[in-house]
Order: sequence, then C-alpha cells, then structure tokens
Amino acid sequence: MIALLDVYRAFFKNEIALQLQYRVQLIIWLLFGVIQPVMYLVIWSTVARSRGGQVGDYGVSEFAAYFIAIMLVQHLVFTWIMYEFEFLIRQGQLSVRLLRPIDPIHGHIVENLTYKLLTLTIMVPAAAILTLLFQPRFDTPLWAIAVAVPALLLAFLLTFLLEWSFALVAFWTTRTAALNDAYTLVYMFMSGWVAPLSLFPPGLQVLASILPFRWALAFPVELLLGRLTPQQALGGLAAQAVWLAIAVAIWKLTWRAGIRRYSAVGA
Amino acid sequence: MLATSTVGAAPPAIHVRDLRKVYVVPEREAGLLASLRSLVRRRHRAIAAVDGISFDVQPGEVVGFLGPNGAGKTTTLKMLSGLLYPTSGELSVLGHVPWRREKAYLRQITLVMGQRNQLAWDIPAADSFELNRAIYRIPRPEYERAVSELVDLLDLGPLLQKPVRNLSLGERMKCEIAAALLHRPKVLFLDEPTIGLDVTMQRRIRSFIAEYNRRHGATVLLTSHYMADVEALCKRVIVIHHGKLLFDGDLSKLVQRFSPHKTIVVELADGVVDPAASLARYGEVVSADDGRVTLRVPKGETPVVTSRLLADLPVLDLTVEDPPIEDVIEQVFAQEVPAAL
Repeated sequence: MIALLDVYRAFFKNEIALQLQYRVQLIIWLLFGVIQPVMYLVIWSTVARSRGGQVGDYGVSEFAAYFIAIMLVQHLVFTWIMYEFEFLIRQGQLSVRLLRPIDPIHGHIVENLTYKLLTLTIMVPAAAILTLLFQPRFDTPLWAIAVAVPALLLAFLLTFLLEWSFALVAFWTTRTAALNDAYTLVYMFMSGWVAPLSLFPPGLQVLASILPFRWALAFPVELLLGRLTPQQALGGLAAQAVWLAIAVAIWKLTWRAGIRRYSAVGA
Repeated sequence: MLATSTVGAAPPAIHVRDLRKVYVVPEREAGLLASLRSLVRRRHRAIAAVDGISFDVQPGEVVGFLGPNGAGKTTTLKMLSGLLYPTSGELSVLGHVPWRREKAYLRQITLVMGQRNQLAWDIPAADSFELNRAIYRIPRPEYERAVSELVDLLDLGPLLQKPVRNLSLGERMKCEIAAALLHRPKVLFLDEPTIGLDVTMQRRIRSFIAEYNRRHGATVLLTSHYMADVEALCKRVIVIHHGKLLFDGDLSKLVQRFSPHKTIVVELADGVVDPAASLARYGEVVSADDGRVTLRVPKGETPVVTSRLLADLPVLDLTVEDPPIEDVIEQVFAQEVPAAL
C-alpha cells in the first residue's frame, strides 16, 4: 500500500509537469466540458419558459441547478481512456507499460485525476459565473452532502472501470473509434447528461435504471440537488456498489482474455 | 572477456522448447471489389512468425540473436519478455512463465527496444528514473548507487536534467538504457539497441553492455543488424530465418560452417605484369589494387593454393583470413531453408 502510494506520488509529480506543458490543450478540452452543459441548460430553460416556466418537475432555476451540477460531476467522472488506449495499442506504447511490474491502470488513473485537479482552477470559477447568470435553486439537505462524498467516489470508479474495460476491446480489434462513439451516444442519453431522466418516457426510465450510466452521473447530481429521499439515496449507493462489482469482474475477465490476444503491433 | 556459462547443474536462465507463434492476419486483395467482398466474408491467413525453435541460455551468457528482418527475432524477444502469448511450446525465464507477467518476474528483466521509448518525452529523464524507482520498488540507497553507476558508465551527467525531447538520438538512447537498468535486471533483452546511432555511440553502448554483464553477471540476449555489436559482445550466436533455427553455437563455428571459402590476401613485388590476371588461375579475384590482390579460395584448397602462390610468384606478404562476418551472414540467409517452405 505504501509502495503504491509512492508510485502514485511519482506519477502525480510527472503528470503535473507533463500536463502543464500543454496548457492550451487543457483549456480547449475544458471548454467542451463547460459549453455542453450550458447549451443544454439554455435549451431546456427556453423550453420551460415557453411552457409557462415548467417541464415535468423542473422549473427554469431547477434546470440551471441540474446542469451546473451535471457540469461539475461530469468533470469529476469523465475519462478519455477508450480513445487513449486505442492510441497506445496502435503506437506500440502499451508494450512499454505492460513490461512494468504494475498494472497500467494506475498510471491512467493518476493522469485522469491530475487533469481534473489542474482544471478545477477554471471549473470552479466557471461554475460561480454560471450561478450568477442563471440563478439556480439548490435544496440540498446536509445529509445529502455527506452521502455525496462516497457517491461521487463510486461514480468515478464505476465510470473509470467501465470505460477501461470497454477500452480493452482494442485488444481484439485495433480500431475502436466507431465503437467508442456508439458507447458515448448511449451514455449521453442514459446517464442524464442531455436531460433529467425524470423527463423521459417511463419505459426509458426503467432502462436507464437498469444500465449503469445513471448511477455514475444522474444519481450523484440528483442527490446534490436535494431531489432524493434518504431511501432513494441508499438504493442509489447500493446500485453503484453492484455495478462497480460487475465492472471489476468485467475488467478482470477482459484483461485476462485480451492480454492473450495482444499482438504488440508496432512495437 | 565476457562471462561464460556457469559450470555445473545451474538451471538455464532461459529455456525454450518448440516455441511457436502464429499470427492470424486478415487477407485481402487490392481493389474496390475485393474490399466489398471482404465485408461479407473475411479471409484469414495464419503466419508462423516463430516456428518451433528451441534453445537454452545459461546465466551470465551474452547471446547474439541474428536473422534478417521478419525472421522472428522480435517476436521471440516479445514472448520471452512476456508481452506475447505463445501459440505453443515451452518457455521459461528465470523459472517464470513470461506471459503471466508476474511482478516478481518483471522486476528481474528488461526489454530495450531501439525504436521504442519508455521515457516521457516532455520531462527530464531524471523524473522518469524516479518513477521507475517507485514502480520497481528500488530501495533509496540501491537506487542512488544504480544511478551513479549508470551516470558514470554512460556519461549521463548533464543529460538527466534536460527534457528528453531536447536530447539527441544517441543521448536519448543512453538515457533509455539507463532507465531500463535501474532495477538491475538479471536478464536483458536488447532489440537493436544501437540502431541509428553513430559509430562512436555504438561503441560506447557496446562496451557498456559488456561492462554491465561483467559486473552483474546478467544474461543478455541481443539482436542487432550491426555485426560489430555481435562480434564485440557475443561468443555465441543463434541464427533464425523464417521462424526456424538455422544455427546455434560459437560465432567462429558459424563462419566455419557457413563459409566454404577463405580469403587470401597477397602482396606481390613490383614487376609482375597485371597481377589480377596472373592470379586469376589460383582463385576468384575479389579485388586488386596495385600489387595487392585478394583471392577467394575454397576452404579445402587453401594450403595447396598458398604453397603454389609462394612457389610461383614473387610474394612479399601473404595472409589467409576468414571472410568478413557480414558476408557469412549474408550467405547464411541467402541459402534456402527447405524446412521453412
């Protein structure tokens, strides 16, 4: 454990130095993370106003709160690992990582968290400005904030492991871009990213509750908005835990099978 | 002199039996129609990159692994280091099954690929070293010792603090090698470690590898296109071609076995008219330059030809040599390998 912390520290130190060299790229990526939720926020507020200020159980200021929270939680949980993993395999760089006596996933986790930490310096002011502009309404009870801590951690791990396992498909087919796009499409709708899930038709809501994405994004967001009862919050944590266990199992199985298929191209 | 194989019952550091690796590659003809057809039905073809090779390497041995491009050298090294899963055969290195990539195994080996880098491009090598220290769990004092030894042997001093992207190819390669050896691996797989480097740098890396082997008794398996690397480092060579083992033994025996010729260099006194023409009846004239003529003669005839030359002509100097190793290797590869076809 101490040895692993030492590795994380060393990774972290290098990652900060590496990522700070590409500040422009950092900011451009970040713009996507801000613009998208703001876009949905504006669209849904307009729809709400045209319908007398309400769509389903969301009013204008509730939409504002929802998408600002989506922006922040999405910033914490999102990964780009599927795209990166394909690149690593094609360039033969995965071979270098596979020969180290440590699972390559650790380096990617640190890379992800370092990016999040560095860009928090812009994300937080962005959220503050949006709050001033759109007047969101949060009704967050104190207990929900306490529950949000494990919920966010589980959401991060769940997203990371799901997408990492999905990334491993690149062991079988070296081109995975189309597959990644298909994944992202399902994720956008089923996670609550483009719209609150309570506005969906009942059938789709059931589907969203079965799939893991809701638990990795909409659940912590709704928790932070004060929209969940304590029972719903506990149920959500349980769903996260179950999906995390499934994700770990998928990860281990795909890894074991994939590594035998690995052909170390270009290396 | 390089460390030679240990006498006694020590198990081999590397043990390979009937090792095979078959790649299944999609096959497609060129052209639009063929592309459309391949959408419906994909055809695959199996290619045996490594086709049943066997050898052992003793602890501390330095072995040259030779073969033309595509012979299966790199595939073999990748299986040995644990990157690739063998199709069939037996494989063990230091008592481990490589493809399981147990941490205890990976901490004892290293794979250096001349065309692949592990150092992060945008930060100084020293930072990447530090990461390796943590990953390989090298205790601090050992780490400091290893770094100072490597800095000393490879003359790395000022290089470590510069971002890697600002280093020259040779400087970068030295840092790559150092990074790969911080954890003092017992087995080194070196795939073209000197590729693209100038002669001085090649020599430097070469003598470093020899020194590392001498100091730490490490086992080294090395591929290189530069015969100078092999001649300087490896007493033993393994030659593979089309995935099959062609030769395994002393470098000198390789020359004996595959070169049916010897080279005789004769220096004649002034006054011999057209030396090249007058020597043509003794053997094949490879080159003639003033009074100095190089002849190629079947090995068995060398003594006879030599004595006739001395008797018939005003010879000032005469030497009998084995042909250059490059030529021998070229001849080896030019030979058809019936088993592989």
